[in-house]
Amino acid sequence: MSRASDLAIRARGLRKVFSGKVAVRNLTLDVPRGEVFGFLGPNGAGKSTSVKMLLGLIFPTSGEAEILGCPAGDVKTRSKVGFLPEHFRFYDWLTSAELLKLHGRLYGMSHALLRERVPALLDVVGLTPHRDKRLHDFSKGMLQRIGLAQALLNEPDLIFLDEPTSGLDPFGRRLVRDIIKAQRDRGATVLLNSHLLGEVEITCDRVAFIKDGEVVETRQLNGEDEEQITVSIRAVNVSREVVNGLSQWTPSVRSEGDRLTLTLLSSALLPEVVRYLVAKGADVYEVTPERLSLEERFLEIVGRDGGL
Amino acid sequence: MGIWIIAGVTFREAARKKMLWMALAAGVAFLILFGTGLHFQAKDFAAHGMSPVLRREISFAMLTMGLYAVDLLAVLMTILTSVDTLSGEIASGTIQAVATKPVPRWQVLGGKWFGFLGMLTAFIAIMVGGVNAVTYVMAGVTARHLVRGFLLMWMESVVLLSITFAFGTYFSTLTSGVLALGLHGLAFLGGWIEQFGALTQTQRAVNVGVIASVLMPSEALWRRAAFEMQSPLANAMRISPFSTLSVPSMAMVFYAALYLAISLLIAIRRFSQRDL
Repeated sequence: MSRASDLAIRARGLRKVFSGKVAVRNLTLDVPRGEVFGFLGPNGAGKSTSVKMLLGLIFPTSGEAEILGCPAGDVKTRSKVGFLPEHFRFYDWLTSAELLKLHGRLYGMSHALLRERVPALLDVVGLTPHRDKRLHDFSKGMLQRIGLAQALLNEPDLIFLDEPTSGLDPFGRRLVRDIIKAQRDRGATVLLNSHLLGEVEITCDRVAFIKDGEVVETRQLNGEDEEQITVSIRAVNVSREVVNGLSQWTPSVRSEGDRLTLTLLSSALLPEVVRYLVAKGADVYEVTPERLSLEERFLEIVGRDGGL
Repeated sequence: MGIWIIAGVTFREAARKKMLWMALAAGVAFLILFGTGLHFQAKDFAAHGMSPVLRREISFAMLTMGLYAVDLLAVLMTILTSVDTLSGEIASGTIQAVATKPVPRWQVLGGKWFGFLGMLTAFIAIMVGGVNAVTYVMAGVTARHLVRGFLLMWMESVVLLSITFAFGTYFSTLTSGVLALGLHGLAFLGGWIEQFGALTQTQRAVNVGVIASVLMPSEALWRRAAFEMQSPLANAMRISPFSTLSVPSMAMVFYAALYLAISLLIAIRRFSQRDL
């Protein structure tokens, strides 16, 4: 268990009820500093409401949350936090450079620092040629890019990105991935709210599946975990007795022709299983560990109906 | 400080509204019309050899009429330009990028309030100044207590701005607009009931007007402003159609200041405690 000071986000029993309708049931969450954490869930699962509670935009009905060691919504802490809302919009008569300057000043940044940061960030999000263009001439993707830039202005310790690739083309999506990676390398914590499984799988260290306003499961994505895996083994000379003997490692074995499919609680058990089969006289031709894909797990958790 | 940054951007946002420029264009058109009318009247006065006292009184009546039109424009401008700044930005999510910055919510609301205050002050000053300038040039007459009158008209606008902000923290843009205009309409009607009550010496009708002014003191501030600005003779004769058989007291002006402050405090309190 991490110490509270090591946590960028700490939520305990957060609950939000809107006019009798439960939006978030019970959000309990620890996100260590420096982690890229994904929030996955179907539409209406309570992802955005959860993020807004952590940011202090929405007040929880019950429960408590801390951001960077301070209560959620603390004004001073906000200078270390960046946020890209799901649909970023602002006064559309501002140019992109003006918008960044304005938001930088709201962060309390000096004019000198902004003179340095604004062009650099416009460059990062690929909007340098559009620095003097007004937002009303921006496409949805460009708005998302400038929104991303304003979330990074203050070099935040914690960044909330709510559906950051919404409206972006493949280049834009790549850009978001690169930016998230750069932020991780800088030591920042990123909370990525998304329903795009592939995106989360590529960028996040850990993911929480949310359904009906509750974290159903958290899962490590960087391969260092010891969670269950499904293994497909092609082997001949495997007697019924030998198959039954596999139950000491797994309750779930399926045998079809020369193929055995079994689920192990940990990948560390796999060599033992192979040694057992060989010792019992089986000829093993192929061993394929199949990590349950994020998509399969997602569908398993939220249900095939997409939670609708 | 965040409040002044937000005030600055809100002022620019407010000053960009087409409605403001249309209102200013309407104001300029009105000043031209007003000036032309005054010009012909002044010529006629000279041709008919009208007595200076009567000439002066008629010019004063024209001035009050002009200021009355400015007052109506200012009331509409105040409510219609500011009504969506809170509810609209909350509904669209625009407020989220600001409310997550290290600026307390009271400063976000205060900044917006000051931004609109700046825009409305400039609008009222230009229009009140314009009407007085035209009357002075054409007929040699300006408001009796110009600054006092301006401040009262300005205060009427600030009262409406504050109550519109308070409504905007609770209701949608449309509901807030209907409520703010409805309250002013109530005060307007109450003001006339009070005047007719005073004319017919019906105390209960006067009381109805006073109650309307307690609910919304905007119209009372205009009637006090008219009293301060028009000629002493018109006030003594109590016959002007734009004021003021029953002059709102200074106590009502203080009450309006209190009303304004409480509206603003309610807006800040609600905005600080609500979900965005």
